[in-house]
Formats: sequence, structure tokens, C-alpha cells
Amino acid sequence: MSDQSIQAVVKEELENIAPDVDIEAVDPSADLREALDIDSMDFLNFVTAVHRRLGVNIPEKDYPKLITLEAAIQYLEAKRPGEGAKQ
Amino acid sequence: MVEFRMPSLGAEMEAGTLVEWLIKPGDRVKRGDIVAVVETQKGAIEIEIFETGRIEQVLVELGKKVAVGTPLARVVTDEEARTGVAAAPPAPKAAPAFAPAPPPPVERKMPSPAPAGMAPPRAGRVRASPAARQLAETHGIDLATIAGSGPAGAIELADVERQLGAAAPAGKRAIGLDLDAMRAAIAAAMTRSKREIPHYYLEHTVDVTKCEAWLARTNAERPPESRLLMGALAMKAVALAARRFPAFNGFHRDGKFEPIAAVHLGMAIAIRGGGLAAPAIHDADALALDELMARMRDLVQRTRAGRIRSSEIADATITVSSLGERGVEALYGIIYPPQVAIIGIGRVVTRPWIIDGAIAPRSVVTVTLAADHRVSDGHAGALFLAEIGKLLQEPDKL
Repeated sequence: MSDQSIQAVVKEELENIAPDVDIEAVDPSADLREALDIDSMDFLNFVTAVHRRLGVNIPEKDYPKLITLEAAIQYLEAKRPGEGAKQ
Repeated sequence: MVEFRMPSLGAEMEAGTLVEWLIKPGDRVKRGDIVAVVETQKGAIEIEIFETGRIEQVLVELGKKVAVGTPLARVVTDEEARTGVAAAPPAPKAAPAFAPAPPPPVERKMPSPAPAGMAPPRAGRVRASPAARQLAETHGIDLATIAGSGPAGAIELADVERQLGAAAPAGKRAIGLDLDAMRAAIAAAMTRSKREIPHYYLEHTVDVTKCEAWLARTNAERPPESRLLMGALAMKAVALAARRFPAFNGFHRDGKFEPIAAVHLGMAIAIRGGGLAAPAIHDADALALDELMARMRDLVQRTRAGRIRSSEIADATITVSSLGERGVEALYGIIYPPQVAIIGIGRVVTRPWIIDGAIAPRSVVTVTLAADHRVSDGHAGALFLAEIGKLLQEPDKL
């Protein structure tokens, strides 16, 4: 899967959680919890959806690495090849 | 034959508009089936039936406003079918586990029940989702002129949009959620609460370091879909404590308090854009933690999508409100009548704490209680809060 689609999946799943927010207008370096007004259950649903769609497991201890849009995409890009090979 | 009646919809909610029938005469139903959808100030509510048997007759047309207690349908129960004996006609038997508040003296715009044998109105046969119905109504389109693409030919939003040639709306705001109406419902219930209930407030700081460590250990081995949140631990602890302190679990109605044996835990859920609902998780004290967490996830999702079930609306015996990890340290709730207590859970914060005479950083949370002084006193409230705190010291036993 290309980086393009990782980005698309992330944005799509964030939009599912915060349908009233225009994800394209969100500052890529902003704290997602603030920018999208999401709570811990929303974030868990996001992580669950990303795991399901990309096959990338995101351990709880890595949650802080997904705090912004750009960090989340970077994390998943870095993680995907290795994870993909393992599964 | 028994009459299936419109169940209670909770405090200050006396009527709803019937927007969808999911059954027709002749259909088999069993207790707990969702048979209709009613639009209310809290969004669309799925109405569950309390009888098992066969639908004999549908008594309410689509689009009608129906008051709580109104007969919605006639049902021949299995018992009657077997014995051939008709049950005594309609005592208000359709009541859920606890009788809903008696129908308030609101407008009774209901038509008298249709004569026996009359077919339900034709409109009742047009199956359509609430969103589709709403959009069609807004544009004055007769649903009968639209071809449905949903299950059993049901008309879905996309079908109406196609008919309109309209682009899908930009926002995906949940169907059936009218935030202004919801605000009015919250205002009515909270005004009544502040007028009628002599609240008292207590707070207790609970060390949840062990909970955090236990969650980290437990979740490390789990895929995201089965991970637990601190909120689930808090809910379980409140449910268990409520079982042991019955003065905080039940309803104050008609001048007296009725404790309820079961703990149906209301969960305050914020709705994007500024709404709030507190539907119940039934028998929360008896649920294993994993099951409770799954129910919480499901309930949050359905509430935000505007699909709450009737039993979830009226059954809560005590409520928990939590403002989450970005919230404040303490919140003091307003009791949702006819309940008699609400627990507030603040944000978990790290604070210097004294353990065995030495200062150590600990994760702590402020748990508050707002309770009804007609039913309990601060002394009992303090023991109740202390019990919640104690339960949270042994997360593996929750």
C-alpha cells in the first residue's frame, strides 16, 4: 500500500469519528484530540479501525506517537512494512 | 390479546413521533425486538416490544405524535395462541421491568384505536429510514413515488437524494438528532431536577495508579478492539458500589423512593456539536469487564448516531458522567430525575502523594457524588464514594 493510501485511510477514519470536522483544514501538527475534539474512546475506535484496515498493530504505549496527523502518518508509514511482513 | 404501549422515554419526555414501523400485522415478534422508531428530542429512539407472539394489528399511523402509554399495536401472545384464551384486555401490561411513569396529562392527540380488522394505513407499508423520510418530507416528496434500494425495498437516504438529484450533504451529522430539541429536553429535565431535588455534593480523591498499571499490562497483550479504558473500570466500580448502597440506586417517584435491585448504569455521552444523552447499560454490575467495555463502545456509537433503544432511555437507575482525559479535575453532576444520584469522574492527574511517609508521584482522580437528600444523607454518601475508591484499588477483581 502506498503512502498515499495510508494517508487516505487515516483521514477517512478520523472523518468517521469527527464527521463535522473538515480534516483537510486541520493543521497537520496540531494535537488531534484538541483539533478534532475526540475522547479516549474515539481514539481507541480510530486505532481499532487503522489496525483493521492497514494491519498495523498500535500498542497502547505508542499512542503518544500518533498525537498529530503528520506524526500518525509517519508512524504508520514506518511501521507498516515490518508489520506487514510479520503477519 | 394484549396492547403494546409506548414505553416511557425518560424525564420530561412525554411524546414522540412515530417515523418507522419495522413490523406489520401477522409478523412474529419476541420480547426485546425493535418494532418501531420514534423521533424525540433525544433523537430517534428504537422501540422494543415486551411481548412474544404475533402482531395482530398496528394502531398508530406513521407521522403521528404518540404520548407515553399510548397503545401502539395489538399482540396475540404465544400463551394465548396455545391456550386459545385471550388475556384480559389491556391492563397496562406492556410495562418494562419497572412501570413507566403514568402517562402525564399531555396532549392526547391520539386517534382512538382503529376498529378491529382494519388494515394499517397504506403509509405504514412504505418502509424508509428516518433520514430518508425526513429529507422527503422537507422537499415535499411522496415516499410512495421513490424506489427503495434498502433491505426489503426500504427507502434509504441515498434513494431520496437520487430522486432530488441532490448532492450528499457535506456534513454527516447523525440522522434524527436535532440538537436544539435535545437542548430543550436537557433544559426541562435539569430545571425540574434543580427545582425538586435537594442535592448534596461530596468529593473523594482516589488513587488509580494500580488501575493504570493493570490497564497497561492487560492492554499490552490485546488487539485494539478488545482493549479496555479507565472509564470501564470506573463504571464497573460504581455499579458494584451501587448494588451495595441501595439508597443511591432507584427512582424517586410520587413522593417516595423505590430502590431498584438491578443496577442499570446511565452513561453520560457527549454528542458532537453540543448534545448530551445518558442511556443505560442494563445490569452493569453483573457484566464482566470485557462485556461492559463492549457495551460502552456500542452505546456510545449508537447514541452518537442517534439510535438509542427505548429501554435504554428510561431504565437508568443511577448515572455516571465523565469528562474524559482532557476534561477538568472534578465535575458536580445534576441528578437526572427520577434517579437519586449521579457520579462524576474527573480527569486522571499525576500528583505528589504520601505513601508510607514518603512523597511519591501517583495518578489520582476526583470522584464526586451528587445525591438526593430526600433519600440519603452525606454520611451514607461518603461511605458510597469510599466504596468506589476501595473497589478501584483492586482492578483485577472488577
